[in-house]
Amino acid sequence: MSATPAVKTFVIDGVDASARPEQTILAAAREHNIFIPTLCHLDGLSDVGACRLCLVEVKGARRLLPACTTRVEEGMEVTCNSPRIAAYRQMTLQLLFAERNHVCSVCVANRHCELQALATSLGMTHVEIPYRFPSLTVDASHERFTLDHNRCILCTRCIRVCSEIEGAHTWDLMGRGIQSRVITDLDQPWGESDTCTSCGKCVQVCPTGALFQKNRTGGQGCKDPSFLPYLRTMREEP
Amino acid sequence: MSEKKTLATVWLDGCSGCHMSLLDMDERLIELSQQFDLVCSPLVDQKIFPPHVDITLIEGAIGNEEDLEKIHLIRERTRILVSLGDCAVTGNVSALRNPFGADAVLRRVYGEPAGTLAQVPKIGLPRLLNRVRPLHDYVHVDLFVPGCPPSADSIYMVLSELLAGRMPDLSGVARFG
Repeated sequence: MSATPAVKTFVIDGVDASARPEQTILAAAREHNIFIPTLCHLDGLSDVGACRLCLVEVKGARRLLPACTTRVEEGMEVTCNSPRIAAYRQMTLQLLFAERNHVCSVCVANRHCELQALATSLGMTHVEIPYRFPSLTVDASHERFTLDHNRCILCTRCIRVCSEIEGAHTWDLMGRGIQSRVITDLDQPWGESDTCTSCGKCVQVCPTGALFQKNRTGGQGCKDPSFLPYLRTMREEP
Repeated sequence: MSEKKTLATVWLDGCSGCHMSLLDMDERLIELSQQFDLVCSPLVDQKIFPPHVDITLIEGAIGNEEDLEKIHLIRERTRILVSLGDCAVTGNVSALRNPFGADAVLRRVYGEPAGTLAQVPKIGLPRLLNRVRPLHDYVHVDLFVPGCPPSADSIYMVLSELLAGRMPDLSGVARFG
């Protein structure tokens, strides 16, 4: 008999629930059909808790915790939906929109964008925080793909898929705070990258119009990250 | 019988697409128009904003000094002010010039391509503000209707509700872009 119990019991939004050991609050919530919004999480990639949209209340914890990186503990009481959480989600979403230049109407990812869709589903009708309108660059040096920093929310999905799935580690993060941005190799133009295999996985997992295929224009940049869980499953030890 | 509500529509720094979408309600506009008097609009001749208006729909962002003057006057004279469309709500396409500043844009448009007569037109034109901003950066806005443009259906929903004396709930319906 194992010393650790095979199942942890906890309460989520007032409902008694169970989770497997090592399971995160997010994974357990989804199994129980409880909605928690996410942007940086993607099935098949590791979790980093970057976007802060999945913040939940855990009874006894002094601060809000990201559901994607917090494991379920025995007896935990989790609140995923409350006026406080809703207010924080709105604020996080507004900060993402205000930080860079997200112009949905002319974006390649218009109607295929997870950020835009989340704004609709969370009922965000406007942004109270003043827009920064920063001056940001576009890297179109790659033969097939373009990087537009204006639309990047720094979710780091591109970095993780490139490192964890493709094994190339072309992408990385540079700078701190408001200066942070994704880079290819040692901040060289993408088209001159020695490590990029041009597989396009980063483009498919990007939740916004920050990474897109070159032959796409406004609203044509649909993404399909569904290959990820398959790749993961295929590569698992039997 | 109760008096009809007064409605105004305004076109600031935008492309008129939101007004096109308003007209795109087709025959529903006839039914709806029984419930209001259109007192000021790019669609009618009235040039001066009336002293008391029940509902004002504003398309476009605040991009120049004239817009700025207008928005304060309109706010003063309007009971329910609606930001109609992405330019009014976010700045949108009108605000694409913001990272460069007004001078750089004017130079690019009037300076670089021109030959001998290169000059920025000044006479009779309002000065551009350095940054285009959404309406609510300057005045209180009662309702936001995002979209580029907002669909005719959502404008119909918004107008019907407002004319019936209710504040429409756009959560889950409102979509940017």
